Amino acid sequence: MRPGGALCAARAVGTFGPYPLARAARRVESSPSLALGRSPLVLEWLDPLLLARWQFGLTTLYHFLFVPLTIGMVVLVAILQTAWVRTGKLKYLHLTRLFGKIFLINFAMGVVTGIVQEFQFGMNWSDYSRFVGDVFGAPLAMEGLLAFFLEATMIGLWIFGWDKLPARLHLATIWLLAISTTLSAYFILAANAFMQNPVGFAINEERGRAELTDIVAVLTNPVALAQFPHTIFAATMFAAVVMVAVAAFHLSRGQHIDEMRTALRFGLITNIVCFAGVALTGDQLSLIMVETQPMKMAAAEALYTTTAGASFSIFTWGTPDGTSELFSIRIPYVLSFLSTHDFMGTVEGINDLQAQYQSEFGPGDYTPIIWVTYWSFRWMIGLGALAALISVVGLWLTRGGRTPQQNWVWKVAIWSAPLPLVASLVGWIFTEMGRQPWIVFGLMKTEDGVSPGVTGFEVLLSLVAFTLIYGALAVVEFKLIVKAAVEGPKDWSTYDADEDGGTVDPRSLATVY
Amino acid sequence: MDLALLWFGIVGFLFIGYFVLDGFDFGVGMSMPFLAKDDTDKRLLINTIGPVWDLNETWLIVAGASLFAAFPYWYATLFDGFYLALLLILLALIARGVSFEYRRLGKSPRWKAWFDGMIVVGSAVPALLWGVAFANIVQGVAIDESGTYTGSLFDLLNVYAILGGLTTLLLFFTHGVQFVALKTEGEMRERARALAKRSGLLTIVVAAAFLVWTAVQHLDVAHLPLIVALAGGAAVALIGSWLANAAGRERWAFGLMATTIALAVGTILAAMYPNVMPSTTDPAFSLTIENASSSAYTLQIMTWLAVFSMPLVLAYQGWTYWVFRKRLTRDLIPADEH
Repeated sequence: MRPGGALCAARAVGTFGPYPLARAARRVESSPSLALGRSPLVLEWLDPLLLARWQFGLTTLYHFLFVPLTIGMVVLVAILQTAWVRTGKLKYLHLTRLFGKIFLINFAMGVVTGIVQEFQFGMNWSDYSRFVGDVFGAPLAMEGLLAFFLEATMIGLWIFGWDKLPARLHLATIWLLAISTTLSAYFILAANAFMQNPVGFAINEERGRAELTDIVAVLTNPVALAQFPHTIFAATMFAAVVMVAVAAFHLSRGQHIDEMRTALRFGLITNIVCFAGVALTGDQLSLIMVETQPMKMAAAEALYTTTAGASFSIFTWGTPDGTSELFSIRIPYVLSFLSTHDFMGTVEGINDLQAQYQSEFGPGDYTPIIWVTYWSFRWMIGLGALAALISVVGLWLTRGGRTPQQNWVWKVAIWSAPLPLVASLVGWIFTEMGRQPWIVFGLMKTEDGVSPGVTGFEVLLSLVAFTLIYGALAVVEFKLIVKAAVEGPKDWSTYDADEDGGTVDPRSLATVY
Repeated sequence: MDLALLWFGIVGFLFIGYFVLDGFDFGVGMSMPFLAKDDTDKRLLINTIGPVWDLNETWLIVAGASLFAAFPYWYATLFDGFYLALLLILLALIARGVSFEYRRLGKSPRWKAWFDGMIVVGSAVPALLWGVAFANIVQGVAIDESGTYTGSLFDLLNVYAILGGLTTLLLFFTHGVQFVALKTEGEMRERARALAKRSGLLTIVVAAAFLVWTAVQHLDVAHLPLIVALAGGAAVALIGSWLANAAGRERWAFGLMATTIALAVGTILAAMYPNVMPSTTDPAFSLTIENASSSAYTLQIMTWLAVFSMPLVLAYQGWTYWVFRKRLTRDLIPADEH
């Protein structure tokens, strides 16, 4: 009975533990000094909580621009390199090197923006860190010691080891890289799952913090078990459509036909298979969500009253405050089926949940921002499904060795590449915004987690700095990937992989990446 | 055995690993204007750290995560309190990390000069600020009863802390130059050795001043002999490193400099003990190894994790350095791949 366990524990300590409460009070006392001679508007914009939330949202989404391509592409590259080592067909080597290069351009950005993520908990959310560090820190440390070290070592060996390691050992490095990257994602998602559905802990009243009591429970959190495959499949979808887009670009110009047909079909099939995985795991995730965070599911549908046999709306046009609808397109019974796997199942509504939480946690607003959760949920599903649909059509058009002659087909293949990425990003917006007002569901509110010693000005400064540097880097990064993709595969036909370190290829030594 | 104390040691070890490893990356980055005569030289310098800088930076992430897991209160107070200093470090690390990759992608000299500049600044800023941060930790800062730092960025820029920053800056600089001497051949190797000889003298003077000041600040602590022994060891290793470099024994010079950095960080850790962040407001508010640490159960899990993973980590990282042990030369850099 894990999901309820969190709520029981929260009830046991009253609201969310005496310690964060005391700190929140102190922060309110100390803030008036800011107010001297300032207009309320300025004050509002210098609110550390608001700015810290924006910063977390922006830097996390930015970080996640690079994560899916890293997670997905490393597996695809490992498969291509395996094909090269096993068959000796040069086209696989060409594809391995080309997509390996795109993977690497992306990887560096993932690392540097990842450091910001880790520092941010302490910098902007120090009271959160104090409250949950005993539990939340462990998966992060595991990620570092078990996965991240291995990942960083293997990537160096893989890039620079082409002519220094025997072919099979070199192949092992990319597989170890793929395994460690995936493992890394698991630990991070386990940490996030604790925020969605806290398990395996007890509240230490004296210290005013959550303490770990069961690491196995934390690592096998049902939310983690469902969102891990969901995230991995979604990430691989994005890598697959990037591969399709690169292949489409070259095929539309009639170049590298042999390699690019292989890449195209490989990407299309991977995308479709992974979409099936995303859908199945997403279904699991929503069942668990209904159990652990019913408010999030109600907010996903903007369902205000508890309903049996609830319909799922594809589109709703409502009053500006979102509380009543003017027009909608609905599929009957689908929401009930998604939530309970029973067409007549009962789905709890926002109003009832709000009342229930008020009696459990005391007065307050426990409803997330409905239009954000409602639309992010729909865009996530819609964009992901659209990407898969395009792939199915693509597979049909290229069946049995056919090559489409119409230019628009290739254009669609190229321009649809961002779809799964945007779907993943809005999926995260849904997951995180749907948890509000909690930072740890049922235990600590977001407003109580923010750093007490940090001023709004400091957060604003770092927010502006990160936005500027991230913005500039995104442009450069995008150009680099496009450049590598447009250049296409280099000719490696003179390269001899069987001579262990015998043939020195100067290029692999000469470049950092 | 006291697990909190053990973790004080492990977190210390991870930071030592970070400073020893990323330290020479910073040094190589900072030395570019002094050692490189043309673009091929710059490429050569960057390639000496190419396969490993990313791995070395990982030590910071792991040290940070272990700090979070084992000492959540220390992590929270430090990162919240040293906000702007850490922000500068983060921005510098980002700029440096991407510049290695981006510099070669544009053809114009201005493009390259811009990213080369970012490598130099992005290496120098963390090298300086890590020393400032650790000197402040050991000296103590204004912390209130809730564990919140109440001072400003400018309080962190005191004379002792700046001396600490200059110490790490110079140690890392010389460390990096010695690494270049170890990893290259011919003219670059000679140039690096000559530079290490000059920068080494300045390093010895500044580091000695910092170590003596650190010991003097802790004359009344019971374990003063340990502090003095570590500081003395660091000084001996530093002088030994300079002599080895002068004698052309590059491996010894580099190894002894790594030892110097390890013992210097060890000195700081010993001087902190039993605090992890002493409060200058009231010693009762100080964060200590005991009151800042995680629960016994968490530390137990973490200890198993460390026991299992650290030997593996050290083994495969050591293997990486062995794979890339060969010296680099200019003729390995093709004309079109700067």
